[in-house]
Amino acid sequence: MTQLQGIAASGGIAIAKAYRLEAPDLSYDKTTVDEPAEEITRLHDALEVSKSELEKIKEHTRKSLGDEHAEIFSAHLLVLSDPEMIQPMEDKIRTESVNAEAALDETANMFIDMFKNMDNEYMKERAADIHDVTKRVLAHLLDAEFPDPALIDEQVVIVAEDLTPSDTAQLNKEFVQGFTTDIGGRTSHSAIMARSLEIPAVVGTKEITKQADKGVTVIVDGLSGDVIVDPTDEQIESYKQKRSEFEEKKQEWAKLKDETTVSSDNEHVELAANIGTPDDVSGVLENGGEGIGLYRTEFLYMGKNQLPTEDEQFDAYSSVLKQMEDKPVVVRTLDIGGDKELDYLDLPDEMNPFLGFRAIRLCLERDDIFRTQLRALLRASVHGNLKIMFPMIATLDEFREAKAILTEEKEYLIREGKEVADNIEVGIMVEIPATAVMAKQFAKEVDFFSIGTNDLIQYTMAADRMNERVSYLYQPYNPAILNLVNNVIEAAHAEGKWAGMCGEMAGDEIAIPILLGLGLDEFSMSSSSILPARTQILGLSKAEMSSFKDELLSMNTSEDVVAFVKEKAGLE
Amino acid sequence: MVEKTFKVTSADGVHARPATVLVQNAGKYESDINLHYKEKSVNLKSIMGIMSLGIPAGAEIKITAEGDDEQEAVDHLTQTMQNEGLGE
Repeated sequence: MTQLQGIAASGGIAIAKAYRLEAPDLSYDKTTVDEPAEEITRLHDALEVSKSELEKIKEHTRKSLGDEHAEIFSAHLLVLSDPEMIQPMEDKIRTESVNAEAALDETANMFIDMFKNMDNEYMKERAADIHDVTKRVLAHLLDAEFPDPALIDEQVVIVAEDLTPSDTAQLNKEFVQGFTTDIGGRTSHSAIMARSLEIPAVVGTKEITKQADKGVTVIVDGLSGDVIVDPTDEQIESYKQKRSEFEEKKQEWAKLKDETTVSSDNEHVELAANIGTPDDVSGVLENGGEGIGLYRTEFLYMGKNQLPTEDEQFDAYSSVLKQMEDKPVVVRTLDIGGDKELDYLDLPDEMNPFLGFRAIRLCLERDDIFRTQLRALLRASVHGNLKIMFPMIATLDEFREAKAILTEEKEYLIREGKEVADNIEVGIMVEIPATAVMAKQFAKEVDFFSIGTNDLIQYTMAADRMNERVSYLYQPYNPAILNLVNNVIEAAHAEGKWAGMCGEMAGDEIAIPILLGLGLDEFSMSSSSILPARTQILGLSKAEMSSFKDELLSMNTSEDVVAFVKEKAGLE
Repeated sequence: MVEKTFKVTSADGVHARPATVLVQNAGKYESDINLHYKEKSVNLKSIMGIMSLGIPAGAEIKITAEGDDEQEAVDHLTQTMQNEGLGE
């Protein structure tokens, strides 16, 4: 038995066998074979197994992410059936008497070099495709497993160094009970995705990949952040107990699904959800979300070779708006750069990506990309209650420029005879301290604010939220943050506008009483946090929480704030 | 042998998804099917062959088929070219 402590990233308990998601060792020796015919059969067997795996992955991707994302696997499948690729491999085995591994690898490399040297970005990417598919075949020749989340067909806990967004998107909830990783924090993308999929997760254990071999039983406690490798029978029993208690609690919460969110003194606040794809909407509705406070549009742009078309985007946005009926949907325009890169945009590496060319900064310069997205949004606006939000706004000029482009595209569309809703609210995400300080001036021009705490905290404290060595500075309850948040809310209300929050803080049980007292109008969080938050707010008096405002804002440390709130809000 | 000439109208030339569909459909026929562009000719059942040509918009290409089902093959591929917005 080994126990590790990580960061509780997504609630719930998972008990299952470890499934290691890691690249296998693909080194091989080039040898001479006596029976080329047998070697060719071995090659074909490996090709067939790889093809059937790719079919499964393609089907799974189609279901979870849509046709567009699955398309890449059609191309991969064709590569594995390509006569111009297979024939030279067979020839090589026959004439040079080499083993299948060498024939495959050398032939594939010839093609990879050919594509790489072409003066065409698209062709260079095809080199990567060939590399991907041949790795899978090579793994089968070597009897190594080439793991893929889409291929899992039994109950497991995934163990990995880290999960990419596309790995996470592939997770099948039916089989994947939970996951645990070496690196990452509560706001890393895999953690956010785990909450939206409602899969228990513990990240940042530092060494789970060193401790958990394939097949060993692992307990992931996404409530406390504990991970137990090879537990005793007693531990398994006690965690099963904890799991059923958690399930019961969830059922209690579920009773509040169709209730509105009101405090004990009958003040209404809106509880909304953060989503990444149209598929997440069902989770929002199941958890009683009153709206969508943050639709991250980045996933439309990720995991593919080119920018999504206007129609593709229109379909995604319309789907979300229609599913939400008339409930508000705040769509954040493209927030790429920083920790989220797009290979096909070929952006230069930066020393400080979080302080660099990203989000609205990129969109205002590459307005071709921005305009396509805005047109898709404007066209979709007739299908529901759309609100548009610009990310990373630092100055009033940026907001004015972005809004002018939006207005221009709206006029073009109307001139083209297209229908556009005329009541679209346009707001900004407040995540840069300068903007929080200037909220009074911004409030005169924007329709709403949504405070993005993940970035606001890291920019205010000057601490990279991905850097574990400075993680002690990631302090949501630091009075500095609370004063900025308060400034934004007061500025909004003075102009009759609303203020929301779409960072992780909005769903946090210590932050909720504070934010309720500060007068926050909309709390947007992971779907799975909505019902616990609603339960908590039902028991809190807004007037009472507001009466602590001055005291809280003048406190000295984060610890003082936490201790005070725990006492006043009756938290353990 | 049956042959047919096309002018590529798709703005991106012949690649990505349309090329995939073209190869998939060519694979359904017994005939030897080739695609000719400039002086080069490749097996239309090979995705890598097609992509290695890097055919741009506006190019003149020719599809030839030879075998028992050559006419059906060329008819089907002509339709594919049109359906996928590749050329006419």
